Amino acid sequence: MTQYIIRRLLQMVPITLGILTLVFSLIHLIPGDPAAQIAGENARPEDIVAVRKALGLDEPLWKQYVHYLSRLAHGDLGRSFRTNESVAAEIKERYPATIQLAFGAMFVALLVAFPLGMISAIYRNSWIDNVARFFALIGVSMPSFWFGPLLIIAFAINHEWFPVSGRDEGLKSLVLPSVTMGLALAAILTRMIRVSVAEELGQLYVTTAIAKGATRTKAIFRHALKNALIPVITVLALQFGSLLTGAIITEQIFSWPGLGRLLIQGISTRDYPQVQASILVIALTYILVNFLSDLLYGVVDPRIKLE
Amino acid sequence: MNKNAKRLLKNFAFSAGLLLTVTLIVIAIAAPLIAPFDPDVQDTSRRLEPPSHEHLLGLDDLGRDVFSRIVFGARVSLRVGFSVVFIASLIGISLGAIAGYFGGIADTLIMRLTDILLAFPGILLAIALVAVLGPSLNNVILALSTIGWVGYARLVRGQVLKVREMEYVTAAKALGAKSPRVIVLHVLPNVINPVIVMATLGLAGAILSEAALSFLGLGVQPPTPSWGAMLTSGRRYLGLANHLAIFPGAAIMLAVMGLNFLGDGLIDALDPKYRKLMD
Repeated sequence: MTQYIIRRLLQMVPITLGILTLVFSLIHLIPGDPAAQIAGENARPEDIVAVRKALGLDEPLWKQYVHYLSRLAHGDLGRSFRTNESVAAEIKERYPATIQLAFGAMFVALLVAFPLGMISAIYRNSWIDNVARFFALIGVSMPSFWFGPLLIIAFAINHEWFPVSGRDEGLKSLVLPSVTMGLALAAILTRMIRVSVAEELGQLYVTTAIAKGATRTKAIFRHALKNALIPVITVLALQFGSLLTGAIITEQIFSWPGLGRLLIQGISTRDYPQVQASILVIALTYILVNFLSDLLYGVVDPRIKLE
Repeated sequence: MNKNAKRLLKNFAFSAGLLLTVTLIVIAIAAPLIAPFDPDVQDTSRRLEPPSHEHLLGLDDLGRDVFSRIVFGARVSLRVGFSVVFIASLIGISLGAIAGYFGGIADTLIMRLTDILLAFPGILLAIALVAVLGPSLNNVILALSTIGWVGYARLVRGQVLKVREMEYVTAAKALGAKSPRVIVLHVLPNVINPVIVMATLGLAGAILSEAALSFLGLGVQPPTPSWGAMLTSGRRYLGLANHLAIFPGAAIMLAVMGLNFLGDGLIDALDPKYRKLMD
């Protein structure tokens, strides 16, 4: 296990470097003269020079890259063009909101997928199974940027149960964004739980348990479920990463003050340091979560030899 | 009708998907014939009017006919979808075939590149690219193709590795066939089925991503009608004119669902094992 962790950590080095390089190159991909583009249409030549100097764009590329990496190593993500505040501070402020939303979505997804997937597996090919499968299909095809507004119409405007947007009303504010973001995950998990539980129910040890006098319910919950959960946990952990990117859209729908919204605000105001930093933090969190979910895989199922 | 085609049509998901997809394509092609109004003509005196006999899906915030804009929006969605699938599959198949067939340094380089791109969340990379390149239809296509080819490359590489060892490939080589000929004539035809499935699902993915980017204001710019952009402006009038958000969203969902059904049906019909390959 220790060996595996070390090897996986080593594998992360080139990937992390690749992501850092990618984010670094972004500013150089701006068509034309990046400094002129950033300074804006009505900028005077001296403004452009100032921007170029402020961003270090007047230095050779390798020097810029080294500076960039050493600044990052010191936790310096640059200063926002718009507010002149430290970007790192702003991200620190927004980060918890995004994580909260991701956990909210995960909670909603589990709340829906667990009973639905189990019932679906136990009563396979019955009407209730068909309903669950149809739900799963709808769930994966329903774009969040449509589902969100529909929820707002139904539960924030027609019935004023939840706020339309923002994060000021505590748990109440969290409900609609979590449901919006959790739907797709719920659909994926329902399918996953259904297949996984159904597979275990067909195993001999379940038949044995029932033959030895265990009730069906006991056989399912005591024996089959434990094994069925292994792939589900892995998928859940892996999907946490995609929740982070899903948050970009959901945060926009509900004006949720998280990282995703910071990113989109940065793009619309051409605040490149903020854009680069938000992308970097989201991407790094994403690979970290995937790394942890890989480790989790080995922990929940010792049979799995981590290659 | 041959046996395979009959079996395919018996599959409910496939038939429903085919029907939805064909409808979508017909609407896109015949948009000027189907749309009752010019999608860009404004009548600001009648803005936000709800659906009526004259305007089936109502009028938008500038007094434009929502139905006509959705009909023309199908063109944008499909143009992005087909362009992305075409470019991404072309790049992915070529690189995947090269990596799988030749192995060695080419394989290592290509696969490490796919590792990095896969480690980076796809939509985030697309957002980043469009953010620096500027929002436009072509940049959306470029960004989505940049992230889209990876799946094809890995799929084709895996299949090629298997096919490469087959006796008929050895035979073709023994008969003096050169590498490009072996790849194109003997190897690729054997990997084409899963690629078709991936392309169908990829079309759905590209349409959804275009809508997402446009929703974020990073896609097609006004006044071109795009479903995602229509939803964004509709979001501003929630409670006042709900039809502006409801109908474009429904269009996106039906299009994506149709293509997903089609892809799912194809998996079941061609080879259920493909489901694993698509992950």
